[in-house]
Amino acid sequence: MIDLLNDFMVRAILAAVGTALACGALGCFVVWRRMAYFGDATAHAAILGVALALLFSVSIPLGVLIVALAMGLLVGALSGSTTTPDSLLGVLSHGALAIGLVAVSLMPSARLDLESYLFGDILVVSKMDLLVIWGGAATVCGVLAWRWQALLAEILSNDLAYASGLNPRRDRMLLTLLIAAVVAVSIKVVGALLITAMLIIPAAAARLIARGPEGMAIWATLIGVVAAVGGLYGAREFGTPAGPSIICFATAIFCAASAVGQLRKV
Amino acid sequence: MPLIDAQNIEIRHGATRAVFGVSLSIEAGEIVTIVGPNGSGKSTLLRALIGAIPTSSGTIKRAPNLRVGYVPQKLHVDPTLPMTVRRFLNLPRHVGAKAVRVALTRTGVQELDKKQISALSGGQLQRVLLARAILNDPQVLVLDEATQGLDQPGSADFYRLIEALRDEIGCAVLMVSHELHVVMSATDRVICLNGHICCEGTPAVVTATEAYRELFGTGTGGALALYRHDHDHAHSGDQACTHDHHHEHEAAE
Repeated sequence: MIDLLNDFMVRAILAAVGTALACGALGCFVVWRRMAYFGDATAHAAILGVALALLFSVSIPLGVLIVALAMGLLVGALSGSTTTPDSLLGVLSHGALAIGLVAVSLMPSARLDLESYLFGDILVVSKMDLLVIWGGAATVCGVLAWRWQALLAEILSNDLAYASGLNPRRDRMLLTLLIAAVVAVSIKVVGALLITAMLIIPAAAARLIARGPEGMAIWATLIGVVAAVGGLYGAREFGTPAGPSIICFATAIFCAASAVGQLRKV
Repeated sequence: MPLIDAQNIEIRHGATRAVFGVSLSIEAGEIVTIVGPNGSGKSTLLRALIGAIPTSSGTIKRAPNLRVGYVPQKLHVDPTLPMTVRRFLNLPRHVGAKAVRVALTRTGVQELDKKQISALSGGQLQRVLLARAILNDPQVLVLDEATQGLDQPGSADFYRLIEALRDEIGCAVLMVSHELHVVMSATDRVICLNGHICCEGTPAVVTATEAYRELFGTGTGGALALYRHDHDHAHSGDQACTHDHHHEHEAAE
């Protein structure tokens, strides 16, 4: 098994599958709560996290996690003021990306391969990265399973949740934290620009198939895993970048699911 | 001890005071209706009483481990969320298929349990929400504009159902209505709210001591009480207010 991990393709597949597992169920919440733009803002902040991690010599996933979390909390704190959330998210999302890009260019040793953080660099995944990805995926899925009932109730109605003795504010923070964690573990695989895609495309495809929330989460995870493996083989076959290839595969599944759904209606 | 006891509460939305100087308590088994025009703070007050929003001053005491059955004004189910009625009734606690069937039967919609929530009509959704609210054997049933979107016979049926459930479960009922002229006839107490409490009392007391003229049960089998509300009033009843104020309500006069 350890020998197997020395094969870069095996490591790449494990990394991609781990990312898909982390994104599947959480992506459903991003779709249900309409947090796609929120996910973008959090993911874009990751570039700044990379720059700061290099500046302060801390591990990159840790830097990304902290900055992505700070961004998530900032968005949470600011929404509800006079700026509409939509434009506010636009400002924060693109502002964070631009600041991150500028910060990276100002790094003294400009040896940083920016492209690998924007689009992912799955073929250089280390054993340590694998540990981070699978640890992150296990944490995200574990927390979602633990709070599943409460989180579902809160999507339907905050007031109903309060009347049942739940605390939607705390659980919203929890989702923010989980999204930040997913950003931190997926940046190596799909890159900051496509993390939101990895969250929402499998979930959106799963919606076309599922009749219940649990089914949708399971389908989203399966579709994500298939897209991860398929995209990776496609990338090797055609010499294309791995992250975008995975997203292309997921998009193709979404289109196929839509077509099947349309045919069923006829 | 009352189930819910609010003392001199104030609730702000930013700089505006939505509710102020309100004290009220709900006793076991009684039916209390809060009426008031749109924007009078009814829903805000209700949400504060169940703990969904904070008050800026005053205290709200709820009986320890109070079981609340809450029926919201509306439920927007995002079409991206697949959810059957049965699954919905199992949130946030699993109650099992049998309890779901019993609750849906009680509210007369047992055939809906496998339907998608997003495919229900307004009246069906109200009954599903009511079924959900009675699942935990509530001590108090809280309804926010429960008959919104229902026609008059539909409202009458719904009120009759609530009364029957109250008699069965023995819970208190606290509800809110903007239909100033239509108050459930079984109501023990009417609270007229416009930011503050303008007046309160039994429909009978209110109508006897105030200059309010009432008409009970015309054409709705006695389930609806028509409760006429005069605009420029100077009343001296139960908890009269002494200042001039105008209600901008849309009650059919």
